[in-house]
Amino acid sequence: MPRWRIPTCASAALAAAGLLLSGCANPSVGSANDDPTKPVTLKFWHGWATPGEVKAVNDSIDRFEKLHPNIKVKATGNVTDETTNQALRAGGDKAPDVVSSFTTNNVGQYCDSGMWANLDPFMKKTGLDKKKVFPKTLLDYTSYRGRQCALPLLADAYGMYYNKDAYAEAGIERPPRTMSEFKKVAKKLTVRSGKNSYERVGFMPNFRFYQNSPDRLFAQWGPQYFDGKGDARLADDPSTYKFFKTAKQLADAQGGFDDLERFRLTFGDEMSSQNAFLTGKVAMHLDGEWRGLMLDEAKAKFRWDVAPLPVPDDQAETYGRGFITGTVAGIAHSSKHQNAAWELVRFLTADTDQVVKFANAIHNVPSTFAALKSPKLDADPTFRTFFDILENKHSKALPPSVNGGAYVVSLQDFSYSVEAGRVGDLRKGLKKLDDQIDADTLQSKS
Amino acid sequence: MAISLSNPARRRLRTLGFLSPWLVGFSVFFAYPLIATVYFSFMHYNQIKEPTFVGLRNWKYVFEQMPLFGPALWNTLWLVVIMVAVRVVFGLSLGLLITKIKTGAGFFRTAFYLPYLAPPVAATVAFVFLLNPGTGPVNEILSSIGISGPNWFNDPDTAKPSLVLLSLWGIGDLMVIFMAALLDVPKEQYEAADLDGAGPFAKFRYVTWPAITPIVMFAVVTGVVQTMQYYTQALVAGKVASGVNIGPGSVIQPGYPDHSTLTVPQLVYQMGFQNFNTGAACVLSLVLFAIAMAVTMLLMHKRSGLLAAED
Repeated sequence: MPRWRIPTCASAALAAAGLLLSGCANPSVGSANDDPTKPVTLKFWHGWATPGEVKAVNDSIDRFEKLHPNIKVKATGNVTDETTNQALRAGGDKAPDVVSSFTTNNVGQYCDSGMWANLDPFMKKTGLDKKKVFPKTLLDYTSYRGRQCALPLLADAYGMYYNKDAYAEAGIERPPRTMSEFKKVAKKLTVRSGKNSYERVGFMPNFRFYQNSPDRLFAQWGPQYFDGKGDARLADDPSTYKFFKTAKQLADAQGGFDDLERFRLTFGDEMSSQNAFLTGKVAMHLDGEWRGLMLDEAKAKFRWDVAPLPVPDDQAETYGRGFITGTVAGIAHSSKHQNAAWELVRFLTADTDQVVKFANAIHNVPSTFAALKSPKLDADPTFRTFFDILENKHSKALPPSVNGGAYVVSLQDFSYSVEAGRVGDLRKGLKKLDDQIDADTLQSKS
Repeated sequence: MAISLSNPARRRLRTLGFLSPWLVGFSVFFAYPLIATVYFSFMHYNQIKEPTFVGLRNWKYVFEQMPLFGPALWNTLWLVVIMVAVRVVFGLSLGLLITKIKTGAGFFRTAFYLPYLAPPVAATVAFVFLLNPGTGPVNEILSSIGISGPNWFNDPDTAKPSLVLLSLWGIGDLMVIFMAALLDVPKEQYEAADLDGAGPFAKFRYVTWPAITPIVMFAVVTGVVQTMQYYTQALVAGKVASGVNIGPGSVIQPGYPDHSTLTVPQLVYQMGFQNFNTGAACVLSLVLFAIAMAVTMLLMHKRSGLLAAED
């Protein structure tokens, strides 16, 4: 072959390959033209896995099928977000029609990528006024830039569980309300055993401890992660510095990060009978509303109660706030039965009776105004404490981002380094973190 | 109808016919994915919307703005150098030892080979349990003899060496390969060396080593390629050792502790399948491919040098 022909052929081959590849890169597109009164079988993928939870989901589906005899629902549980993502990207007949996720962090990604269908047209078509049905915080974390691609399917609110027997033993009368009280109480409740170990810690502040990730504790300061333009502003927010200072003071008051971390490594699995709060190794514990049911089922050997987490001293008026997240549900972009799928999503998320029954069954916080006020809701006062946290106007959820929870992961990584004392200049570190978050966000934009 | 060998066109066609299974496999499983990876490395693509051309943006992002790329590359190369070297030395030593054992060789062969059959995830979980700094039996035994054990998978300084220890536990495959090579060395050469008064070291250096060099090179090359793809054990060990629960709203962060076990393949997965960033994942894959290719070519070149020197 003459030499001049080689580049021509190579270009042609590359162009052909490009065309071929771009042709292959088009997952199937769904359809909202189906008639929801016609017989259809929907595939619903969710993450619930324990027998009680799966039963609650299946009971919900039975109720739905009675209301919609033409729609059959095939539910698949214990599905991770990553599995769902791959199925939705691939499309095809095996992909789910209705999807749910435990990770509100990823909603921005689902909306921006178009992987989950926009629900606003369906709401308009069926007369559901979302602002009248769902609290604003929950609507915020289920939408991204005006695109409501998900709806809340029960919520999770975070508060503080405390060991009443340990309180009595240490002479503490009530749960702390401010961070300075929190530090004192945590220190009082801490019982050491030997030089490097503990019998019990008051509060384990280390960020790898179960639900105690930095973003959850940080919610008590009411942080603004992004400015109006969407740029990260952690380094410019005074609350960031106060948060890290308090976390360090909490650790120092109880023996320091290294000793606490070594003690943390002796803890059992969070969801097992060796949970550190259940075994009495931790006296105060940041956790979600589901823990109460688990403590009852495990027959905890001590008296316990629930309160909101303390707030910074200079924000005492916000006491009662907490971190909010929850399960979200949506319709796959590739579903060919989107109108029927909407019927299921609407039933699961907005039907008051269904939401109440499901919330009672799996001990999650209801996510609609009507369900929160329902007299049929479980009257357990420890459970109801979380309803107040959810409805508190100062409570915070994570803002959605185009690349999902990538910025939360960056914050978590940074926080691990801070608590271990590996960040010398906090301001410089936070600036770098902001730059990183901005670079990651930009990279994810088209 | 018989094909005339004198016809060059037909001869070429027949050759192609015999080659076609390989050609199909090469095109589908190597050439196409490689071209696709290069193509998507210049695209913004979230696997849902149409890919859009972004020039060198993904490359710049990986090399200039991705702080985890440096640690991941360093960890991968560290594992390639240390893990492969330690595994080859240990596997060869074990092979030598077992071929010398007169009684109970069968038992030892089985005992050392069995762990290799354990699924990687199960083996890793068991190892993390054994090496748990607070409750693991290894540190408890060390403590009973007055030694304060390290934090193993929970310390950035010892996490990678702990992974190397884990890889030694499953050394059975290499041991068997080396044993086959060692048993294949002609006995006459050892007898001749004995007559010349050679000691054990001289016999290894001048008889055993030249005979097993190609097998050692095979072990090194395959070890390098496998370690370049190191993923499962590092991910599982980090996840289990960290104690972070995958509950509602939590995210698996590979590399615990402090990114000390983060490898490039884990970063590829994170970018491509968690962050919807196919372009950056493709760039990382190409970097990995280029390094694996360069190292393998270097080793193959070295091998031909060694074989030429023997001749």
